Amino acid sequence: MSTSTQTTTPSLSKEKPAGKRRGIGPHAERYALIAVWLVVIVIFSIARPDTYPTPGNLQSVLGSQAVLLIASLGVLLPLITGEFDLSVASALGLSAMVTAVLNVQHGWSLGTAVLAGVGAALAVGIFNALGVVLFGIPSFIVTLGSGTFALGVIQWISGQSTVTGIDSALVNATVGSRVMGVPLQFFYGLAAAVILALVLEFTPLGRRLLFVGRSPAVARLSGFNVSRLRAGAFLSCSLIAGLAGVVYAGALGGADPSSAQSFLLPAFAAAYLGATAIVPGQFNPIGTVVAVYFLSSGVVGLQMLGAQSFVQQLFYGGALVVAVGLSRFVRHRATR
Amino acid sequence: MTPTPAVRLAGLSKTFGAQKALDGVDLEIPAGTVHGLLGENGSGKSTLIKVLTGVYEPDPGATLEVAGRPVALPLPPGAFRDLGISVVHQDLGLLPELSVAENMRIAQGIAARRAVVSWRTERRKAGETLRAHGVDIDPAAPVATLSDTERALVAILRAVDELGEHRSLLILDEPTVFLPREGTDLLFRVVNDLVSDGRTSVLLVSHDLNEVLDHTSAVTVLRDGKLAGTVTSAVTTPAGLTELIVGADLAAALRKHTDEVAADPEPGPVAGKGRVQVAQLVAPRLDGISFDVGRGEILGLTGLAGSGYADVLPALYGASGKVFGDLLVDRDNLQLSALTPAAALAAGIVYVPADRRRDGGIAEESVERNMTMPVMTVLGSKLRLNRKALARRAEELSQAYDVRPFDPAKAFGTLSGGNQQKAVLAKWLQTDPRVVLLAEPTQGIDVGAKAFVFDLLRKAAERGATILLASSDYEQLATVCDRVLVLARGRIVSELTGSDLNQAVLSDRVLSSTRLLPTQRTETLTEREAS
Repeated sequence: MSTSTQTTTPSLSKEKPAGKRRGIGPHAERYALIAVWLVVIVIFSIARPDTYPTPGNLQSVLGSQAVLLIASLGVLLPLITGEFDLSVASALGLSAMVTAVLNVQHGWSLGTAVLAGVGAALAVGIFNALGVVLFGIPSFIVTLGSGTFALGVIQWISGQSTVTGIDSALVNATVGSRVMGVPLQFFYGLAAAVILALVLEFTPLGRRLLFVGRSPAVARLSGFNVSRLRAGAFLSCSLIAGLAGVVYAGALGGADPSSAQSFLLPAFAAAYLGATAIVPGQFNPIGTVVAVYFLSSGVVGLQMLGAQSFVQQLFYGGALVVAVGLSRFVRHRATR
Repeated sequence: MTPTPAVRLAGLSKTFGAQKALDGVDLEIPAGTVHGLLGENGSGKSTLIKVLTGVYEPDPGATLEVAGRPVALPLPPGAFRDLGISVVHQDLGLLPELSVAENMRIAQGIAARRAVVSWRTERRKAGETLRAHGVDIDPAAPVATLSDTERALVAILRAVDELGEHRSLLILDEPTVFLPREGTDLLFRVVNDLVSDGRTSVLLVSHDLNEVLDHTSAVTVLRDGKLAGTVTSAVTTPAGLTELIVGADLAAALRKHTDEVAADPEPGPVAGKGRVQVAQLVAPRLDGISFDVGRGEILGLTGLAGSGYADVLPALYGASGKVFGDLLVDRDNLQLSALTPAAALAAGIVYVPADRRRDGGIAEESVERNMTMPVMTVLGSKLRLNRKALARRAEELSQAYDVRPFDPAKAFGTLSGGNQQKAVLAKWLQTDPRVVLLAEPTQGIDVGAKAFVFDLLRKAAERGATILLASSDYEQLATVCDRVLVLARGRIVSELTGSDLNQAVLSDRVLSSTRLLPTQRTETLTEREAS
């Protein structure tokens, strides 16, 4: 049923097993990204001792990446099962826009508007799941289509203009209120990562998802319902994207018709970069958290050194390729 | 027949490490004839073909003549094409998405190094080749839409095209195993037409004795890398060929056995009291077979490649599409058309697939994670893994099933074949299944592991499991099984039990299985000898 073409299947470690191995090598690999992250922090702290290593900067770095983090955790699930979800940014944007439009322009209460927003994102996931699992269309194509379609819907219902003035309760619940100076949205992202990590590591469901991604054939012959697990991954991804969209609407105080699209590539970059850490060779939530904040720490530091905003893209793209390349190289050598 | 042979090979040896795959083999194929090449798996047939196609470098001392001209060995890669030799492998090597014409002409189109390929011209040329051999296939049709027979014909005619001007030798490596009988006939019509020019020869590699005797003028038989003999087909019987293939000792055992059976005819095997009943199993290569297996019985399934014996087990596990029929396990009736692996597992059926690396275990995951897959919810709950219990279970299983190295945290893919198989068996046998389906369980594993696997199967059978074992290893079947069914063209053609169940009789039955077809029911050797 779920035939995916070989060319569009995400894979990380075709060549090398990632089972627990003995010696110091595996640990070095696990924590390499964290070590590099710390080095980056130290370097910028020395270069900009007055602005970089400050509580204010820490709070801003942590507080500013929550939406990206949640979106990255969303795409993680289809990736784990061996599928792509390219509609994640549109589902996020759709949720934000539906929430904002209904709350601001149609006077819906915040609660119902949020439910409708998340529901709209979930509809995208239902479409993806049906297309991939029931009709056997490669996920790359289905989600490319549904994502583009959802973007059209966003522009349609917003009249291609920014909607502002969302209920201040939502603003307070995301960026307005702070705990230890860090906006609440950071803790939402962290909680999502921890919950996902627990599910993947400590439940039979989590293992089944991993097995499906590693080898659909073995998973099927072991009695796991590969189609249902993949469908679940798509639905969860869209649901998580919908929640990220609500947080985004709170952070912006509304929604704009196009900016959500900019989360797509960074979300995938963070998921792939995260797969080089903590559980090397496997997409994992804690690794993704590390990746998101590593990238953010680097970009903020570079900006403090006077770099312009395009450096963010240069750093994201460069770090992703270098980190994944290095990780493969190290593993290849270690297993020779 | 012209005095110059199309191909003459002499003194051909090939050594791999300490093993002689070929040992002083001579082969002479007269021009304008179809020549058979027979031998059991591992007898050296493929090695010989790979020397002719320049894949392997033979040991020094061998000589090769093509159309009377000496050719230096080893052949450089691709040189066989310039000599007018081409090969059709069993998998045919067609690209299903491309059209007939594209498949037939792509090599030449590229070889011509033209910037633009005129597909209209290529289609016309492909059409000419097809028509010239009396084959009615649309050159524009995608290969995926063709029948098995049409595909085989396309592959063969492509190879004929590639023979070029020299046209010396077309090698057909088991081209008919997946074809229906009419397809085989059509194919040999084309082959006979091809050699009628008196110049082109065909080397036919096959396991089917009758097919070989019917369609060749002479047959060369290899045994354990040595030349067992070359015989003229017209004056040879299947029994004579069997003797060459399996060797004099086994053949003597077979004759002795035949005499004993003649002196003391045994009653046929008793079926019917089975706990597992398969009724009217229909699948792509299975033509409505029915059989019973009892509690604690080990039933073997065998046959030639393409006979359907390898398709039975996946069908009974819900692992292959388009299956019909009924499966009765104790009193549970399972509709095969709706069966899924999950439902089969729930009914107490487990399946150990032939391709361990692809279907048996996940190479990147640990042995522990692989072995404990079926018991994740049993040892924990639906919501929570009991990681300690899983680790303990993996250690117990590794010890009990002798999975080495003793380290359940190691990745499954790093284990040797034998230890992978033990881990897969541990994974399934821990569930105490009612029915165990095993496909080629000892393929590619060492002798020690083999003995261990046999032992495990016997113990499982003693505990009351019903075991179905699909294998092409006659020695293994004779050692382990209580009863063996031989399949040919999707039907059961022979059933062996008791003293009938030995390597010699099995080889004989399988090699001549297509001849047993029309009657379909079990036939004793004596009856066949009499007829």
